[in-house]
Amino acid sequence: METILFLTHPDAGKPALEALAAAQELGGQLIIGLFGAEVQTTANQWAGCGAAKFLGVIGNEFTTARYATDAAAAEALVKAAQATIVIAPATSRMNRILPGVAHRCGGRTDTHVTALTATSVTRWYYRQRMEAVLSRTQRPWFIALDPGCHAPASPAPGTATVTIVPVSLPSIRTTVTGVKSPEASQQTIRPDAPLLFVAGAGWTKKQPDGQPHVSEAADLILGFLNATQASLGSSKSLVDLSGEGQAVLPFMSHLNQIGQTGATPRHPKGLATCCHGEEPHVVGWRFINERRAINLDANCGWARGKADVLYVADAFAVIRKVNELLAGK
Amino acid sequence: MSTAFQVAVCGSIVPDPLQTLEPVTGPAGPALKNELMLPAVLDPWAWHALFEAAHLAKAHPGSKVYLVSVAPKAKLQQVMMTVGQKVPFELLAVDGPSSGFTEAAEIAPLLVETIKTIPGFDLNRLLVFGGWESASRGAGATLQIVGELLGITDQFQGVDQLTVGQDGALEILERIEGGRHQISRCAGAPAVLGWATGNLPEPPNNPQIGMANMRGIMPALQKAKPAKLTGAGVTFASVTLPKQQRQTKIVKDTPPDEIAREIVAWIQQ
Repeated sequence: METILFLTHPDAGKPALEALAAAQELGGQLIIGLFGAEVQTTANQWAGCGAAKFLGVIGNEFTTARYATDAAAAEALVKAAQATIVIAPATSRMNRILPGVAHRCGGRTDTHVTALTATSVTRWYYRQRMEAVLSRTQRPWFIALDPGCHAPASPAPGTATVTIVPVSLPSIRTTVTGVKSPEASQQTIRPDAPLLFVAGAGWTKKQPDGQPHVSEAADLILGFLNATQASLGSSKSLVDLSGEGQAVLPFMSHLNQIGQTGATPRHPKGLATCCHGEEPHVVGWRFINERRAINLDANCGWARGKADVLYVADAFAVIRKVNELLAGK
Repeated sequence: MSTAFQVAVCGSIVPDPLQTLEPVTGPAGPALKNELMLPAVLDPWAWHALFEAAHLAKAHPGSKVYLVSVAPKAKLQQVMMTVGQKVPFELLAVDGPSSGFTEAAEIAPLLVETIKTIPGFDLNRLLVFGGWESASRGAGATLQIVGELLGITDQFQGVDQLTVGQDGALEILERIEGGRHQISRCAGAPAVLGWATGNLPEPPNNPQIGMANMRGIMPALQKAKPAKLTGAGVTFASVTLPKQQRQTKIVKDTPPDEIAREIVAWIQQ
């Protein structure tokens, strides 16, 4: 029987509950491993998850995400648990350390896993262009489950007994000094939003009057985002324009980019506007369930066969009206 | 005081993103159909890492950039014709597969062995760069193992910005959830930085740089040692293309007001 360690930091949120649910379904002996400044609160929230035991690494050194300390904590937990399978949520903090910790423990890692069973994992290769199911003989086997791929667990709260695991830390040369967030009005990436709105380079091109209307485009897009609380994605061509110093859409950065060299977010619905091109966009939309698109080309290679509905129309006019309707005008 | 870095940029080649890819199963496991015939490019995130490395080296006299690559050398030579025009670097090559189905745990030791051949290798001046993921395996695992093998525990992933202070300290912005960046300060080299896109545009072609690079690239390719990977321990049950083909409903010759009402109703469902 496999010994399954569910490994996470306490503030991993919904992705942690999703990965916990996947770990519960594997059927081995489940151990919870938590590291952070304080872990008891989370352990109590998960007390009824069916774990045989709870292990913890605590200390102020583990408050912030830092490779040296996080990897040392995770290594200690894996070794204390004598885990053969390690399941973790694919947060930025866990993704940073998991392959290194697997190396330290003599194991192997699979990241960006989208489904798992007791014997295999499913993950995508070549930027979401082909899907593989694979298994490994090496142990411990570290598996990072991508967010949005499993229904979250809802463990009963209670009082958990956490066994504290000692850690020997390396010399610490890195200090986390803060987090840089976009201004509240320009916070356009919302991973939990029900809708993804994708803007293409067409928003910056010349309109029927022969002039570009970038400022109006920015107002329309922000108006839509504010009204719907949608997350904003972008084609590569649009963010590249921004990166080249052109005054395009001030709230757009490479962080918004989806596709081959961008993100592949998961949202129930997606609305693409002024996007063209085929394969890279398909990649960015791999995990969008319901897809609609607005552009002027009825034969757009991207939309045909990839979107559910293609509106052949001027996105400026349509989004302007959508914003009015959403504002109740 | 300026710090002279040895910047090892780890990166391989991937099929051009516009190519249609099809998996096949061979005796050694999964591969791409006609893989050696497909046009290739330097992995996009490694590409960004290379620009950032060159930018850093230019700002810190005495620094040098090494592109460390495990790839089939004939394909690598083709890609270097383009990459070599962009920024100055020295190529350190290993003749091996660039397939996404190879194991990060097998590639990393090859990279480390090659990094250690840097003339005058000095761990205290070393910055290991690369993409935070590849466009082939997409695991985001190789650099961490490279760091572990080199004994480097200052590692950063999803890096968009690096600033080097007068004292050689590094200020690093890493992508985290929600479109935010974590800001870290590291005492200095050695460190591992897995780059996201960074902030630099693609440099223009520079024929002089191209000629200078090619003088080193060809000998590096000629002496690239062959590497054989085993893929031991992993079994692929299947590798398939997504089959989903949607029946797209085309709505045209419809007034914007009507389309807007339909979209609002859809959003609010």
